[in-house]
Amino acid sequence: MNTLNELKCSFPARSENESFARTMVCAFAAQLDPTVEELADLRTAVSEAVTNSIVHAYRGREAGMIVVTVRLLPDRVIYIRIADKGCGIADIAQAMTPLYSSAPAEERAGLGFTVMQSFTDSLTVSSKPDHGTTVTMRKRLQHEPAGN
Amino acid sequence: MIELKQEPQKLTAYLSGEIDHHHAKELRDAIDFAVREQYPPTVILDFRGVTFMDSSGIGLIMGRSRLMEEYGGTLEIHNPSQQIRKVLRISGADRLAVIRSHVQPQMPPLPEIPQPEPESAEKEETEHEYAQ
Repeated sequence: MNTLNELKCSFPARSENESFARTMVCAFAAQLDPTVEELADLRTAVSEAVTNSIVHAYRGREAGMIVVTVRLLPDRVIYIRIADKGCGIADIAQAMTPLYSSAPAEERAGLGFTVMQSFTDSLTVSSKPDHGTTVTMRKRLQHEPAGN
Repeated sequence: MIELKQEPQKLTAYLSGEIDHHHAKELRDAIDFAVREQYPPTVILDFRGVTFMDSSGIGLIMGRSRLMEEYGGTLEIHNPSQQIRKVLRISGADRLAVIRSHVQPQMPPLPEIPQPEPESAEKEETEHEYAQ
C-alpha cells in the first residue's frame, strides 16, 4: 500500500474525545481540499466509529485507549482505521443490522454502522471477543479542486 | 446547548452546537423535563444552530418521538442543515417527525410567527432533498 501521508493518534475512550477525534481526522483530510459535503461525511463516519468504541468496547471495565490511523492513499483515497482493545463483538452481522443496538436503554439508535456504510465507500469490521474491534473505512474524494 | 421556549400549545427546543453521544444526554434530560411539565400537543426541535449531528441525534429524536406517542403529541424538526438532513434520511427518522426547512430563516430564536397550515400538504413539500 503506497501511503502518501499518515496520522496516528491514541486517546482514552472517553466521550469528551468524540469531538476531538472527528475534528482531527477532518483537519488531516483537509490537505486534499475536500468538498464541504465530503468533509461532513468523514466527520460523521468517524464520529460513529469512535462513539461505538466509547459506548460499547469498555463497558463495565476501565476505559482503555482508542487508536485512530488516517492515511492518504493514491487517487485521493482516505483510509481511516479506528481500533480499540475492548470487549469485541461476538456477532458482527447482528451488530451491523440497522436499528439493532445492544444499548437501547441509552437511546442508541442502532444506526452507527449504517451511517458509516452510507457515508464512506467501504467499511470493514473485524473483531474478536475480549481482544477488541477494528473498523476500517475508505472514502475516495472526488475531483481535484480547480486550480491545481 | 439548548434554549427552551414554552407556550400554551407547544414547546420549542432551540438546539445548538454539536449533537453527539457526549452532548445528547444533557439535551434529552432538558427536553423531557420540559415536556413532562406541560405535555404540549406540539414539540419542536429547532436545529438551526446545530453544526453537526451523528446518529446520537437520531436516538434523541427516536426517544422524543416515543415520548410524544405516549400522550398523542406531535414532534416537529425545524431547520436541519444539509448534513443533518442526510443523517435523517439514512436513518428513516424523517418518518418519525414532521420536518420543516427554512422556518423563520436567519432569525434569532425569539418571537414565533404563526405557522401556515395546512400541514399535510406542506409536509411533502418541505422534506425535499434539494429544498434550497
